[in-house]
Amino acid sequence: MAEFAFEPGPEVHLAAGESAKEISGRSPWRLAGRRLVRNRLAMASLALFVLIVVVSLLAPFYATHLAKTDPFTSNVTGTTVVDGKEVDVVQEGGSGLGLGEVPIGPTWQWNYMIGADNQGRDVMARVLYGGRASLQIGVASAVICTVIALALALLSGFFRGWTDSVLSRIMDLIWAFPVYLLAISLATVLLTKAGGLQWGPVTINPSSLWVPTWIIAVVYIPYVYRPLRGQVLSVREKEYVEASVSQGASNLRLMFAEILPNVISTAIVLLPLMIATTILTEAALSFLGIGVQAPQASWGTIIDDGQNLLYTRPLVAIVPGIFIVLTVLSLNVLGDGVRDALDPRAKVRVRE
Amino acid sequence: MVIVLFAITVMTFLIFFATPGVDPSRQLAGRNPDPATVEAIKHQFGLDRPLPIRYALMMKRLFISRDLVSYGNQALLVVPAIQSAAPVTFSLVFGAAVLWVIGAIAIGLLMVTFKGTFIDPLLMVLALIGISMPVFWLGEVANLITQDRLHDTIFFSWVPPLGYTPFTQNPWQWFLHLIIPWITLSILYIGFYARVLRANLLEVQNEDYVRTAKAKGLSPRNVLVRHMLRTSMITFVSLFGLDFGVLVGGGALLTEVVFGLPGVGQLTYNSLRSLDLPVIMATVIYGAFFITIMSALVDIVYARLDPRIRPA
Repeated sequence: MAEFAFEPGPEVHLAAGESAKEISGRSPWRLAGRRLVRNRLAMASLALFVLIVVVSLLAPFYATHLAKTDPFTSNVTGTTVVDGKEVDVVQEGGSGLGLGEVPIGPTWQWNYMIGADNQGRDVMARVLYGGRASLQIGVASAVICTVIALALALLSGFFRGWTDSVLSRIMDLIWAFPVYLLAISLATVLLTKAGGLQWGPVTINPSSLWVPTWIIAVVYIPYVYRPLRGQVLSVREKEYVEASVSQGASNLRLMFAEILPNVISTAIVLLPLMIATTILTEAALSFLGIGVQAPQASWGTIIDDGQNLLYTRPLVAIVPGIFIVLTVLSLNVLGDGVRDALDPRAKVRVRE
Repeated sequence: MVIVLFAITVMTFLIFFATPGVDPSRQLAGRNPDPATVEAIKHQFGLDRPLPIRYALMMKRLFISRDLVSYGNQALLVVPAIQSAAPVTFSLVFGAAVLWVIGAIAIGLLMVTFKGTFIDPLLMVLALIGISMPVFWLGEVANLITQDRLHDTIFFSWVPPLGYTPFTQNPWQWFLHLIIPWITLSILYIGFYARVLRANLLEVQNEDYVRTAKAKGLSPRNVLVRHMLRTSMITFVSLFGLDFGVLVGGGALLTEVVFGLPGVGQLTYNSLRSLDLPVIMATVIYGAFFITIMSALVDIVYARLDPRIRPA
């Protein structure tokens, strides 16, 4: 097979009675890894994604040391210093009529870099904190979704028959709901319960990030389940599975040692794309008010905050959106790169 | 399919009315209700009856007598509200769909025709950017540009204020109101569908019938459009059917909210904000129904387009 390049060790000839030297080969994973690394566009977008993650994680540092603001408390009566002059954070507005209040615009310094929202909070610091929430929810829900879908797909595809019927029907039913409508329904219902949800010993605070995480994860399970189940079904028929069966392998061993490794590449290709999707979904839900709840911020909630300020302080709405676009774009490009790298039909360079 | 529809109604009902801890009577009773008021409300709305009876009553009200009443505004009948909102959503989605189908086919074909040059990766990146933008954010940016920043220039002075004019009332205004929303909504989908089409076209390139067509001496454009495009459209059409169904069923709610179009999506959104359960439930059921019907339709069209999967 052209897939494996092998470099025989220096001693290939075996004398009688001597143990064989291992002939080293490169596994398809390493080959895929090399293809991926060589894809400069994918690497650049990976770097961009990592950069965004790092910057978001540094949010507390930014807020306390650089911006010296508290992005979560209302600061409507506060003042800040711009160009040496002391300025109100939320100022009288309305072109001379004194109507309404307008928060301060971008100062392009560490303090209130892109201005304040109408509660006087530093928007840039909120955007960074929002990044933490959005990324956390996005990555966690994508991972949870993929893991659960993988488990269900393995069960369905492996056992087939009744298990498969029931699971597939349930998945179809969940998928029959338009994704957003289902997410919206669940979020609305789960968030109206004051005092948090209680299931026996477990209490979940409604403003916890786990609520949107689980909702988004559940809503996309059918989407990931379908291709994975198809893979499991086709891998199940392969000869190496049959060989393992004839050797007396248990069901568990078959699932985990034979089928899973061959299905996991599909899951890996789906993962960056799913993270991109979940981030967009979380932003939409937060924008509608049923995702991340105050006092937490996420990119979606900040865009919502920026709606009222759209014509006066447009940056409040624009900047979080740019962050979303960059994150999702980098994940999409990375996902493309991963798919190309894992594609068995790609031309493989045998000798390096 | 009827079973699926039935199951959808049951599931929706359960989500909204049977989740432990959710009590609609509290909302209806107003602020700080005392227990007697809550009890009275419960009785009035039939919320103290057993679950299956409440389900049956609600379904009857929704489908048969069509007098399901909103919790928030007691004078609002739910079904007529959906009926008047549906044409708005349909106008929005239909126009956007026309744009995105034409756009996606054009861009997909361009990408494949110019595959070796810089045009292909450039369009790919543009398509990716299109997919990566949250549609509500894009709408806000569009509003910012067309309503405010560049509104006074010749480019956008024709853009009317946010809102909707029915087609029957004033076709030209209907068009003007909708054109920016159409473009906004379609950008997302153009990117996605152009990529899907491109992937399919590339896959099909190595098929025998394409080679035959080329060997016959047909011009590359002929081969592309009349032979390759047809097979590639199969996936395109089935995905399109699903997306169209989702959007008309209320999936376009973000666009509608941002542009102030009183469609089904906006109805869903408003009822969400006020937790108006019957309206939410009705719109969700409407949406789910639509998508189920559209997927069934898509299956039929799929069978017609691809002779290989017709039952022999």
